[in-house]
Amino acid sequence: MNIPAELRYTKEHEWLKLDGDIATIGITDYAQGELGDIVYVEVETVGETLETEEVFGTVEAVKTVSDLFMPVGGEILEYNDGLESDPELVNTDPYGKGWMIKVKVTDLAEIDSLLDAKAYAALIG
Amino acid sequence: MKLTSLNATHRKLGAKMVPFAGYEMPLQYEGLLIEHETVRTAVGVFDVSHMGEFILRGKDALALIQKVTSNDAAALTDGKIQYSCLPNGKGGIVDDLLVYRMDGETYMLVVNASNIDKDWAHISGHNTFGVEMENISDRTSLLAVQGPKAAAALQSLTDIPLAQMGYYTFKKGRFAGIDDIVVSATGYTGAGGFEIYFDNGHADHIWNAVFKAGEAFGIKPVGLGARDTLRLEMGFCLYGNDIDDTTSPIEAGLGWITKFNKDFIDREVLVKQKEQGVARKLVGFEMIDRGIPRHDYPIVDAGGDRIGTVTSGTQSPSLKKAIGMGYVAAAHAKVGSEIFISIRDKAIKAVVVRPPFYKG
Repeated sequence: MNIPAELRYTKEHEWLKLDGDIATIGITDYAQGELGDIVYVEVETVGETLETEEVFGTVEAVKTVSDLFMPVGGEILEYNDGLESDPELVNTDPYGKGWMIKVKVTDLAEIDSLLDAKAYAALIG
Repeated sequence: MKLTSLNATHRKLGAKMVPFAGYEMPLQYEGLLIEHETVRTAVGVFDVSHMGEFILRGKDALALIQKVTSNDAAALTDGKIQYSCLPNGKGGIVDDLLVYRMDGETYMLVVNASNIDKDWAHISGHNTFGVEMENISDRTSLLAVQGPKAAAALQSLTDIPLAQMGYYTFKKGRFAGIDDIVVSATGYTGAGGFEIYFDNGHADHIWNAVFKAGEAFGIKPVGLGARDTLRLEMGFCLYGNDIDDTTSPIEAGLGWITKFNKDFIDREVLVKQKEQGVARKLVGFEMIDRGIPRHDYPIVDAGGDRIGTVTSGTQSPSLKKAIGMGYVAAAHAKVGSEIFISIRDKAIKAVVVRPPFYKG
């Protein structure tokens, strides 16, 4: 299981990478494995400002659908439109080309409440 | 949780195991899409040993089967198989099943794993004929070897001429060096192939023999995930999703296995439904706009009024579009009708089509 040490994580299996006050967000390797083959990612919240744990989109796999939750509050600046034509990037490269959104974080202090790699590894056992 | 005889084999292959109908079963090995593709283009192997098998013996075995099933089992000859269902006495369906005629006084019924106890109680309850019934489910393993290359992949294991076998026929013979194996030209994928029934003790031997024989044909293990997408592409009903104790065979489009030339449980109510029509019908549909239908999503009309419910849905791996089945009010059941699937509170356009979705 790939859990990069430099990222932060949520109990709902999103990851977050911070660069200044801009966070890149996606779902973890564990999450993509549990979902199976991903068919598309739907994000219709670009331009909106959402609170922590609000739903920013959904991910549809062949067998199941799952909501996507904001790890922290912020304004959604961008959706990875590479996923429009190649949603399987979430399966093949969940921490790289399979990223989902970029967010301008409202309160950077919230980042501290996210799980680190070790805590996330413990969560998924 | 029950285990099939091949549980350790699935784990060794790295399968993702899930609880299903009281059994721990492989959901997928390598991935659903690749497994689906393997069955459509080459050959794949499913362990479906969770399925139930009953043997009915005696001079009145046919009479009992005629009473409890909807199809006309009198039409069977030795070596023939029939798809049928068990009406529940209230216009619904206890289960759908396959009826195998071994000989004039011996039949095998193959039922869904989740319904083994319910079916046994139901059929036993109607056995006023003194038919000897035996539940061999726990000692019987079943492999479904499915795909266009199935006959070629398996032929080296048996003298039974596999390519010549008609659909829905079976033969008992020597397979992988073991006698009295039932080889059945049936399946739940629409891809062609065979289902092989044998005693649990032979499970490892037969699994290994099948994979060795099939190696040159690209044979792969396939899980329940692809089994569901494959059957749905064919529009085959799944008990518990598309049919259940509250749906009638006529509503479900199973009129073709409901024969009124004989007496059986629910005959009267089903005749009436056939003659007078039903208020709702099971239909197939394809999504026009983007969205994937799922079990229990509401179906609405153009005005947003509820007209039905999705029973099965998926992204079709072969067709690369979203497909589903569901019950709709009869007025909306015609092929070409525009319907809407309510997905996360948005009405997404779909059109009623006639299954199979995948036409090969």
